[in-house]
Amino acid sequence: MYRVRLFAVRHARRFEWLYGRFEAFMAACDPLFSRLGYARVERPVAFVERLTKGFLFDCRMCGQCALSSTGMSCPMNCPKQLRNGPCGGVRAGGYCEVIPEMRCVWTLAWEGAARMRNGGGIHEVAPPVDRSLEGTSSWLRASREKAAARREAREAGRTALARAYPGARASEPATAPLADEPAR
Amino acid sequence: MKGAAQDAPNRAGSLADLVRPYPEPPAGHVSDSRLEAVLRSGRFAVTAELNPPDSADPADVFEAARPLAEVADAINATDASGANCHMSSIGICALLTRAGHGTVYQISCRDRNRIAIQGDVLGAAAMGVRNVLCLTGDGVGAGDQPGARPVFDFDSVSLVRAIRTMRDDGVFLSGRRITRPPRLFIGAAENPCAEPRDWRPERLAKKVEAGADFIQTNYIFDLPVFEAFMARVRDLGLDRRVFILAGVGPLASARAARWMRSNVPGVHIPDAVIDRLERAANPAEEGKRLCIELIGRMREIHGVAGVHVMAYRREHLVSEIVHASGALDGRRPWLRHPDA
Ligand code: SF4
Repeated sequence: MYRVRLFAVRHARRFEWLYGRFEAFMAACDPLFSRLGYARVERPVAFVERLTKGFLFDCRMCGQCALSSTGMSCPMNCPKQLRNGPCGGVRAGGYCEVIPEMRCVWTLAWEGAARMRNGGGIHEVAPPVDRSLEGTSSWLRASREKAAARREAREAGRTALARAYPGARASEPATAPLADEPAR
Repeated sequence: MKGAAQDAPNRAGSLADLVRPYPEPPAGHVSDSRLEAVLRSGRFAVTAELNPPDSADPADVFEAARPLAEVADAINATDASGANCHMSSIGICALLTRAGHGTVYQISCRDRNRIAIQGDVLGAAAMGVRNVLCLTGDGVGAGDQPGARPVFDFDSVSLVRAIRTMRDDGVFLSGRRITRPPRLFIGAAENPCAEPRDWRPERLAKKVEAGADFIQTNYIFDLPVFEAFMARVRDLGLDRRVFILAGVGPLASARAARWMRSNVPGVHIPDAVIDRLERAANPAEEGKRLCIELIGRMREIHGVAGVHVMAYRREHLVSEIVHASGALDGRRPWLRHPDA
């Protein structure tokens, strides 16, 4: 919902704290998820994720969540789906070029990031979205990634992408993942 | 059949002409672009935007380039700007490089995905393109075919990084090796006068971080806003890391200015400028004078490395404007490649 989404950006600092806690909790759950099998927990977790984030942020389940780096303003609501916005077409008052009655998602993102304690992630160059991950749980991906960061992952294709966007990988692990994807 | 046999050596000869060795950049340069050479030598550079033809005739491309070539270090070939369909940027660049012109190949993220774009980048480089400009692109709704599917697989910033990765690391984003990486001078755009103004310099920093070597800005008609932008750019030290070319252009009349302001995404024209055109006895002349003045002011702003002249449908004025502004300082851009 547009209203709720604006609320989340206005309170980006509080949401950042909440989100940080939650992410740490998910990362701590990695051994449990591994034991149960990530493939098995994928569907229920994705279901809950879609409901909560859909309500709060108008989440589109891109599977590569970057909210903590975008001032809690979901970039997938940008009609151009920019991951490094805003574009040059923002209208006077910060309204969107494509949908004139909507506040520009990226103008909100920079405002939200300025309110956050660790909003600096917005300065990192974000990679293009991997469309094959659409609909999957970003929470689980982040938890796997956080756990895998210590392990040495060696897979040619994704290491190139992850290496090309190291800042983004460090601040938003789900956007440039290195760890193996579980079988789906 | 006898004729065919006689043709063969000829054909082989012309093929050898086409296959020149792919040039390695001079020391300290990333490409053998003449625009890069001019900028690195500290001279004030001039680029100009070409109005792409709605035609398949190469003569129309050369005709459009003629009034720009004598004053521009490189000619920008737009990529369906405003989401309106015209001859492709890559086609125009291929023709112009053959004639020895420096070109800027504009890539918009709106119409092609990452597979198409990375392939085109190699193709363009092979055809002699040395400069690329990475753009997000206007929304499809702004153009002549609003029913088109918008792609936006990359955005301008991730595209800059992708091309830099191809050039410097010699790999596609898939990690597959490129046997001869493209030697390109990488550009991006910025719109200093658009909202959110406080964050525009920060976003420029992101483009520089992604790998931009030069920046061409949108039209600038509001000098105080641009000066504030540049002050922040200098504070961030960006003027030392990237060459900034300020976007200028002649306005035809107050009516045209108003139309642009409300119909072309990202164009900001202050009321004072429109008033000035309205009051002028000869608005077209006044628009030209305003543009010449602006170029003069741009040359004085610390950190501005050149101007990018966009004279949509007024290309015939470009040469006069650039000469009158003294931007070239008596310098003559090469009309032909030195080794052509
Ligand atoms: S104005 Fe903002 S929300 Fe709209 S397309 Fe541009 S960046 Fe996206």
